[in-house]
Amino acid sequence: MTLQTVLLVAAALFCVGLYGAISQQVVVMVMMGLELMLNGVILAAGAFWWFLSPAPDGQVLLLVVITAMTVEMAMGFAVATLLHRSRGSDMTDMATDLSR
Amino acid sequence: MTGSSLTQVSAAWVPLAAVLLLAVAAAGAAFDGAVAARAEGRPWQHGAGVPVAETARLLRQRRRRTVAADRPLELVGTGGLVVVALLMVVVVPLGRWTLGDLPVGIVWFNAMDVVVWALVWLAGWGPNSAHALVGGYRFLAQALAYELPLMFAITAPAVAAGSLAVGDVVAAQEGLWFAVWMPVAFLVFCGAVLAFSVRAPFSAPAGTDLAGGVLADSSGIDRWLLLAGRWALMAAGSAFAVAVFLGGGHGPLLPAWLWSLVKTAALLAALVWVRRRLPTVRPDRLLPFGWVVVLPLVLLQLLVVAVVVVGRG
Amino acid sequence: MVDDIVFWGLAVVAVASGIAVFRVDSMARATYALAVSFVAVGLALLLFGLDYLGVVVVLMMVMEMAIMAIYMIMFMGMNPALMPMSMVHGKRTSLAVAGLTFAVLAAGILLVDWPERRGAPAADLTLAVGRAVMGGKMLVMMTVSAVLFATIVSALVLALPRGRYDDDPADEAAS
Repeated sequence: MTLQTVLLVAAALFCVGLYGAISQQVVVMVMMGLELMLNGVILAAGAFWWFLSPAPDGQVLLLVVITAMTVEMAMGFAVATLLHRSRGSDMTDMATDLSR
Repeated sequence: MTGSSLTQVSAAWVPLAAVLLLAVAAAGAAFDGAVAARAEGRPWQHGAGVPVAETARLLRQRRRRTVAADRPLELVGTGGLVVVALLMVVVVPLGRWTLGDLPVGIVWFNAMDVVVWALVWLAGWGPNSAHALVGGYRFLAQALAYELPLMFAITAPAVAAGSLAVGDVVAAQEGLWFAVWMPVAFLVFCGAVLAFSVRAPFSAPAGTDLAGGVLADSSGIDRWLLLAGRWALMAAGSAFAVAVFLGGGHGPLLPAWLWSLVKTAALLAALVWVRRRLPTVRPDRLLPFGWVVVLPLVLLQLLVVAVVVVGRG
Repeated sequence: MVDDIVFWGLAVVAVASGIAVFRVDSMARATYALAVSFVAVGLALLLFGLDYLGVVVVLMMVMEMAIMAIYMIMFMGMNPALMPMSMVHGKRTSLAVAGLTFAVLAAGILLVDWPERRGAPAADLTLAVGRAVMGGKMLVMMTVSAVLFATIVSALVLALPRGRYDDDPADEAAS
């Protein structure tokens, strides 16, 4: 268990999440991809903290990531619910006009 | 890792702890049967044997399968409840001994009771049956009602003791139990124990109007695991309440471990008695009650506790 | 040594269940596979001495995934346990992007000359994170947070219109 190995595992988690976030068609599945990416970030942040500088206040970064995840989740649920209510579907391809 | 006054025992004691937990759970079930028999006008001895008879019957019963059941998830849901109850008592000290007094024992207990959300829903989802699934959804709905009051209720002793380790919380209650000066938090926690073990007034997920809800399609050993899991959760919740609210092993004359056991048994008996007296409440009525009435009360309680602690310096 | 074995076990579980999220056909299985991945990472944080954060990750993510499962099943509009399906677009591009990202990250991880460890962890890390967030005024902050939370809930209760189940005639008869 060295810094490199932990970071490799974190990178693997991040990339699996990235694949999901790009490829999935359903909004909630895209959210799962994003969550998995943040999961990797949490592991990496924990590893950086432990192996590089276990200063007392370094844990705050992790707290920020965890908070970001809950906010992402709440916003994601809101977007998915709104999409579903207004269009009866939550496929990303059908919401491309939102970017225009 | 351990708190000041506790001895951490080796992992070899885990099986004994499991047996003890199941024994307390079985005693609770037997008491429940006895009370039920008395209520029907039969001698209590007839009811006290119900857990044993039911165990014998279910272990011999052949397992019935439903069509297109999600078997792996169902197994996790049914088998998990007993495991979670065991993981809960890991942080609960028995007198002076503890299996592992985590520095964040109270958060650990909270995390384990959140796992119950997932397990009950999975037990409902697994059989691919409408009644069971509705039961699972009902549990999640009322979980939203009881979880936040539960969290703030167990925050109060942690604030008062200035520590998240259960050992420190027990040590802080020497002389005065937390249940005495934070009664609201204690009562809310007792309600939450009834809720996560799916007992009245929170028994809608396994209600008779749903033909048993999450229990509807279970049979044989699966059903036994679900029922035993509910009793074990109730026993584990009582044991935790004893540690954080009722002074743990503190008490005169008797040794500390015996006090822990006696208090746990008494609280469990009280909870069994309460659940027999109360009707099942619909989850959609629990939700506004939980958020509009109970949550402000618990927050007020937390405020009082915090002010007292600040005042003491 | 024991730590190494535990870490590798958790790492395999985390990555394997992460992959399973996008491979299984059932929405319930996908959601709970993600939950397993989070629990594995939360337990791995315990190995780094991050007790509080590790347990909080387990607590929050199991809760989120229990709710997530409902959203998944609600929005898919079918019983995904019974119908295998593939709902992806640009699978090849996505795989390539993900693979390339991993290659870049892995190269960076292995090639960078990481600095030596500086400082030592505090004796009580849970207390340390509390002090880092709230300073010496932890009790005051806890008091304030309870009050703030109460305000948020009461404001929401006052602001929200009555829900769609509230005009149930049975309720009105009861009240």
